[in-house]
Amino acid sequence: MLEIQGISKTFHAGTVNEVRSLRGVNLTIDEGSFVVVIGTNGSGKSTLLNAVAGTFPVDTGSIRLAGKDITRWPEHRRAALIGRVFQNPFSGTAPHLTVAENLALAERRGLSLGLGRLLPGGARERIRSGIRALGMGLEDRLDNAIGSLSGGQRQALTLLMATTLRPQLLLLDEHTAALDPRSADQVVRITDRIIARDRLTAMMVTHSMQQAVTYGDRLVMMHRGQVVLDLRGAEKSRLRPEDLLQRFEELRRADLVDAAAADMLRRRYV
Amino acid sequence: MSLLLGALGMGSVLALLALGIFVSFRIFAFPDMTAEGSVTLGAAVAAALLVAGHDPVTATAAATAAGAVAGTVTGVLHTRFRLNGLLAGILVMTALYSINLHIMGRSNLPLGEAQSFVTLTGSLAARFADHDGNVQFMGRAASAQDLGLFIGAAIFAGVVCAALYLFFHTRIGSAMRATGDNPQMIRALGSNDGMLITAGLALSNALVALSGALLAQYQGFADLQMGIGMLVWGLASVIIGESLTGSGKLGYLLIGAILGSVLFRLLVAVALRWGLDPADLKLVTAVFVLIALVAPGMVAQLRGRLAGGAPNA
Ligand SMILES: Nc1ncnc2c1ncn2[C@@H]1O[C@H](COP(=O)(O)OP(=O)(O)O)[C@@H](O)[C@H]1O
Ligand SMILES: [Mg+2]
Repeated sequence: MLEIQGISKTFHAGTVNEVRSLRGVNLTIDEGSFVVVIGTNGSGKSTLLNAVAGTFPVDTGSIRLAGKDITRWPEHRRAALIGRVFQNPFSGTAPHLTVAENLALAERRGLSLGLGRLLPGGARERIRSGIRALGMGLEDRLDNAIGSLSGGQRQALTLLMATTLRPQLLLLDEHTAALDPRSADQVVRITDRIIARDRLTAMMVTHSMQQAVTYGDRLVMMHRGQVVLDLRGAEKSRLRPEDLLQRFEELRRADLVDAAAADMLRRRYV
Repeated sequence: MSLLLGALGMGSVLALLALGIFVSFRIFAFPDMTAEGSVTLGAAVAAALLVAGHDPVTATAAATAAGAVAGTVTGVLHTRFRLNGLLAGILVMTALYSINLHIMGRSNLPLGEAQSFVTLTGSLAARFADHDGNVQFMGRAASAQDLGLFIGAAIFAGVVCAALYLFFHTRIGSAMRATGDNPQMIRALGSNDGMLITAGLALSNALVALSGALLAQYQGFADLQMGIGMLVWGLASVIIGESLTGSGKLGYLLIGAILGSVLFRLLVAVALRWGLDPADLKLVTAVFVLIALVAPGMVAQLRGRLAGGAPNA
């Protein structure tokens, strides 16, 4: 279970570039829940995931995962509990290492490294069967540098790396956004399959309305650093893309109203 | 003949330097200026201990350890205190200048009659030599000592190369390679990338200092200035090695660094023989490295332009 309580994050505080990316986010995610996160550009989706993963310390609030208060843990320590797939296919793998080497390192996620051989006898077969289960025909490319594979292939392998050791939480940040539509579809299907098979707790940020309505058992919408919509159960399963588009339109109008109101106030008082 | 053997021997000694630079520059993509100080540090520590009567193994091991410490300091400055990598290296290099002077007590420390790997090799080689100190080598008379030194240094470099190869296929060694490739990934997999970088710099500077220690014994003295230009020198060797083997595989790259070092030393020896002013050596080396680093990109650009036509045509 993930418990996010009142976290906020301001970048470049006190300068002209100040951005309040998270403004008191509260979110509790049950064990085994698959949460889809949507929101306009710059609404704080990535910042939320990064805060949970520990890319930077939060300004206020606390984060608990699997019963542990991880608020002050450094990123690499949290990685023992968290698997991640990034938007950029280049972010999740070491391009000059082979497919087998990348996956063997992932098999040690959160464990001590030591001076043992990375690929002892037997490791390759285990890795090969894991890759075969992806169904992408990559099991014959164990010794290729992972950098020589396509973006979709790399994202699928990164997903496998993030879930080889069962994580307490899987974080997916628009992990199909950089892919062509076919690969995106393939990768998101694999994602859904792995999450269901291993009963993972997951947060998936997506830019695709289609993905948002099709996948997951809960939907969270972020806006200006806050959660503005939280649907689950039947509400989520009955959701159609039109409903979401309408929600976006309402938010946009509310913003316009805000801007107009502020403008009026300014004219009145300044 | 003695010119050839001398260049081969020196090239093998400096191959350890090239391997060290390979680790920092190619594995971690870290241009580590510490190396210039570590060469001298290794030479200074070894020379001081040898002159004080310690045995060569102890002196060389201590020099190597000193290099590891220097690399660790740079690593901590860079990863803990978030100092720019180049600056961290320059700071340590500058500090080492004073430290090296203290260790040596003066700016040039000759080994004199002190026992070293070179004197040991000399007495071993004498058993095989005729009364002029020569042996037959490739059909010609060659100094037994020079030949012995080359063989010894080459074996040493080979052993270190094999050890590095094995190390970089362990879990921690592979994690180091991955760190150089993509530190974000290594953090996401739960390893402390800062620690891995620091350990890598320690390893790199240990190799560089080891090279310095052997160099001092080879030349018969340690000199405060001997580290200047060594980073670029090592880079030149690494780059030559890469083009020699033409492969991105780790084993080839490691062997390439050794071959590159030896070949580069030979080229320099020939160039000096043909009348290259020794004063211009570092300039020529720097220009060579510049061309080697820039040319591949330029060629690719040119090819792209020829293939794709001018963008505004
Ligand atoms: N590391 C950072 N440094 C400075 N500003 C950041 C950083 N990360 C995010 N931001 C800012 O925070 C806001 C929210 O960004 P983000 O969370 O990436 O939005 P999105 O919902 O599109 O993923 C943006 O204005 C962005 O510029
Ligand atoms: Mg984002």
